[in-house]
Amino acid sequence: MAEATMNYDEAISKFDPVLGLEVHVELGTNTKMFCGCSTVFGAAPNTHVCPVCLGLPGALPALNKIGVESAIRIGLALNCEIAQWCRFARKNYFYPDMPKNFQTSQYDEPIAFEGYLDVDIETDEGRKTFRVPIERAHMEEDTGKNSHVGGATGRIHGADYSLVDYNRAGIPLIEIVTKPITGTGKYAPEVAKAYVAALRDILRGLGVSDVKMEQGSLRCDVNLSLRDTPESKLGTRSETKNVNSLRSVERAVRYEVTRHAARLAAGDTVIQETRHWHEDTGISTSGRTKSDAEDYRYFPEPDLLPIAPSREWVEELRATIPENPAVRRARLVADWGLSQIDMNTVVNSGALDLIVDAVDAGVDPAAARKWWTGELSRIANDRGIELEELPVTPTDLKRLEELISTGALNDKLARQALDGVIAGEGDIDEIIKARGLAVVSDDGPLLAAIDEALAADPAVAETIKSGKLAAAGSVVGAVMKATRGQADAARVRKLLFEKLGVSE
Amino acid sequence: MSDLIRKDASELAGLVSSGEVSAVEVAQAHLDRIAAVDGTVHAFLHVDTKGALASAAAVDAKVKAGEKLSVLAGVPLGLKDILATNGLPTTCGSKVLAGWIPPYDATVVTKLREAGIVILGKTNMDEFAMGSSTEHSAFGPTHNPWDLERIPGGSGGGSSACVSAFEAPLAIGTDTGGSIRQPAAVTGSVGVKPTYGGVSRYGLVALASSLDQAGPCARNVLDTALLHSLIAGYDPMDSTSINSPVPDVISAAKRGDIKGMKVGVVKELGGEGYQAGVRSRFEESVALIESLGAEVVEVSCPSFPAALAAYYLILPSEASSNLAKFDGIRFGNRVGDDGTKSVEQVMSETRAAGFGPEVIRRIILGTYALSAGYYDAYYGQAQKVRTLIKQDFDAAFAKVDVLISPTAPTTAFKIGEKLDDPLAMYLNDVATIPVNMAGLPGMSLPIGLAPEDNLPVGLQIIAPAMADDRLYNVGAAIERELLAKWGGPILGLAPELAGA
Amino acid sequence: MSAISQEDVAHLANLARINIPSSELGHYAKQLDAILNAVAEVSSLDTSNVAAMSHPVPMTNVFREDIPGISLTAEQALSGAPAVEDERFRVPRILDEE
Repeated sequence: MAEATMNYDEAISKFDPVLGLEVHVELGTNTKMFCGCSTVFGAAPNTHVCPVCLGLPGALPALNKIGVESAIRIGLALNCEIAQWCRFARKNYFYPDMPKNFQTSQYDEPIAFEGYLDVDIETDEGRKTFRVPIERAHMEEDTGKNSHVGGATGRIHGADYSLVDYNRAGIPLIEIVTKPITGTGKYAPEVAKAYVAALRDILRGLGVSDVKMEQGSLRCDVNLSLRDTPESKLGTRSETKNVNSLRSVERAVRYEVTRHAARLAAGDTVIQETRHWHEDTGISTSGRTKSDAEDYRYFPEPDLLPIAPSREWVEELRATIPENPAVRRARLVADWGLSQIDMNTVVNSGALDLIVDAVDAGVDPAAARKWWTGELSRIANDRGIELEELPVTPTDLKRLEELISTGALNDKLARQALDGVIAGEGDIDEIIKARGLAVVSDDGPLLAAIDEALAADPAVAETIKSGKLAAAGSVVGAVMKATRGQADAARVRKLLFEKLGVSE
Repeated sequence: MSDLIRKDASELAGLVSSGEVSAVEVAQAHLDRIAAVDGTVHAFLHVDTKGALASAAAVDAKVKAGEKLSVLAGVPLGLKDILATNGLPTTCGSKVLAGWIPPYDATVVTKLREAGIVILGKTNMDEFAMGSSTEHSAFGPTHNPWDLERIPGGSGGGSSACVSAFEAPLAIGTDTGGSIRQPAAVTGSVGVKPTYGGVSRYGLVALASSLDQAGPCARNVLDTALLHSLIAGYDPMDSTSINSPVPDVISAAKRGDIKGMKVGVVKELGGEGYQAGVRSRFEESVALIESLGAEVVEVSCPSFPAALAAYYLILPSEASSNLAKFDGIRFGNRVGDDGTKSVEQVMSETRAAGFGPEVIRRIILGTYALSAGYYDAYYGQAQKVRTLIKQDFDAAFAKVDVLISPTAPTTAFKIGEKLDDPLAMYLNDVATIPVNMAGLPGMSLPIGLAPEDNLPVGLQIIAPAMADDRLYNVGAAIERELLAKWGGPILGLAPELAGA
Repeated sequence: MSAISQEDVAHLANLARINIPSSELGHYAKQLDAILNAVAEVSSLDTSNVAAMSHPVPMTNVFREDIPGISLTAEQALSGAPAVEDERFRVPRILDEE
């Protein structure tokens, strides 16, 4: 049942929203956080398990070094302090997808804390930067997966029983928690979305996760509360789970603002509860009420020793942090002379790194951008694969551009050469040779082809002579066709006009 | 009955490796002994006749092939049923695990198998190692071979009883607050709790993770050292395992020279509350140590009186979490799943039916000590007391090489005597607990019988972390003198068991 | 230290997922109360400047390399399970989502 909501603008005119975002990131390590089982997605059920991640009696955890390094690098990329000394803790509660009936997590000693992330959003007054304060980033482990059998919906509610697959149990998670985000006003939904998008970019840039929201490797919980004015104390918050796309982050914030406002305006209180987001209907529904909050009985994990990252180690890791993606984009916009809109196209196509690689190899930025956002994007799209999966190297593009600039190839032939590269036929020069791709530069065959084209359409010569130069297109097209695209179209046009005694 | 069962482990290993006696004969002699007496002793929960004979035959094949053998190859052993054994039931003395067969071996078990040790079976214990008498086993108590109406100590009563009843020359126990040493003391055998981190805990079903440690049980100091050296060492599967060389316990056990050593008597571990016969035997040991050229001084450890209280907060807290996994979902028994109940109800019924009262008491106590609002006063405070205990030991070891005390305040008490009085039961471990709290190594060595009841008394020797060799040096020195005085092992004085 | 009531025991038993019959709550409450009185001795020492000790061995930074090890087969993993269906652990219906 949908609850009452208030018009968003009206809600914002009456209340001040306070946001909080909790993001869980599954790390892309080879093995789980505490054992050597694989983390690869999609294996047969209960085949990526061992005594440790199955919680069998007697098994003990052993901490994945890359998991810790990833956590520290994430912390550094989010401008956090890195703990001098911290421990894991056990979070005790019973649930069938959790093999030990406690989650090995961090409690009051997170590995990273006190950071921030700046995000840009478009406002009525132009582009504006909001600083999102980050409270902590800590390490923990994922749970197994329940599937529910029986009942009408396949959902938990009304199911007859459940089946558990523990392949996911123990996969490393980093939980990144913001402090309450205030001062966004009506832009709360945009700030939330921009934060998650920026975080995703950073995590992708760090190479620590594949950050696929649709596969659950990046999951977001949205906390929201309203207060009367920015001076009032914080209101009661709701925690909306399962917000698993960027669009949903924005919509969930907007929806919760309108729902809270309606309750408050009607004199009701907001209930502190967990809510579930429904992508299809765009609303959240009530889950577990937090008033009888579980007592998790945290205590330091005795089976794992404290982590005390030396400052040398932290600095070594800091040196591996790539430039902040937003800062980098601003730099490239200037270097390449792009508009912000062009850059957005590049980023959205996922081609940014590929273009940078090509430019680094000596390809003109405009040309690199043209290939990757044009022809190559089309091919990847047709095949349903990622751009990175295309076997086209910066060297290939550089050679292609050289050949085009000398007139040895035209655009059409260049595309055919790329097809050859993608088909694995060799490098550009090998393909040109093997496929016989070369611009026909001898005028003899071109003049013969022009004669043939004019003979096939006797009226066209008069039309052109009468001044309708556009009619030349059909003749050029016919010549290109006859030469299987290997003619230089500009040269054909020039020869045609010379023959007809027409000047351009 | 074959005289093989009365031989020391080192002697048996020599006979097997020289080909004088086959490992199969040795195993069979012990299996026969078990068949004869375990009906009354009940040291074993599960006897693996087939597996024992097969691993003995494998040792014999190596002897025939002239392959190099480990120091204890072909020697039979009883394994506390708290260590995971691939293909062999592992119950922890609990109904909740009845019938469970682990798909993996504990690291200690792997080491034993690789060394050609013949595992006879799994020994009885207090449920999940909670107890000092083995009466809390869900499968019935073990009886002390010295007096079948008395307890063999606990939690590892099965391990100590099988050694002292000549069912096995060696056993593995685990010690969280005294569960190797106190049973050794009350059965006249030797038991060592190694330095925490000295022996891998991987595959040891956890009671209290920061206190648990597996260790050797045997009938003399050298056999104990040989077994210790086999099971000790770094294991990457146990993050708390210490990555440094194992102390040379075998050389120390052969040396037995304490001339010039400084030995501290812990003032707080003795006197009031300790049985008269325990005190008199302990005082004799002190005199003996002095006569061997060591200097004995009194040392005070003022925090020790609070150790028992701190222990009974830390242990239940960690145990309440460690035992959460026993819920009837992934392994073990499930109770109440009639198709109508929720998983929450079924978990609760499984745990209520599967755990005995002592386990339930400690889980509830630990749940309480960790809960919001009580954590600082109980668990947090107990961890601070733990620091004070460690500091007391540090100060003591700045002055002396080893510390000594009686292992247990009394000799073996009668079965049923303290069963429904948890606090009285907990007092058995008053002298052994501080050692676990600080992660130190400790030994219990038989030093005679209490005059008033003719039951064995144990001496506890404590050394600094990773100085386990000192235990064996001191133990061997005292043992040599006592054997000469007694004219043979003290277990020779134990009554013959029915069927033997 | 405060006395522990039957209601406390019932609450703790619920947290610990142990179905203690109400007839036994009183017995447990009495025993736990006695034990809590005894362990209250931890407060007898002055610990105002003492750090808490969670691990007996003072080591830090013990890590494992991120190299795959050997997993169990599904058959081994499921071998001890009370109920199995479709290569998964079968569990009774779950009341609420965590």
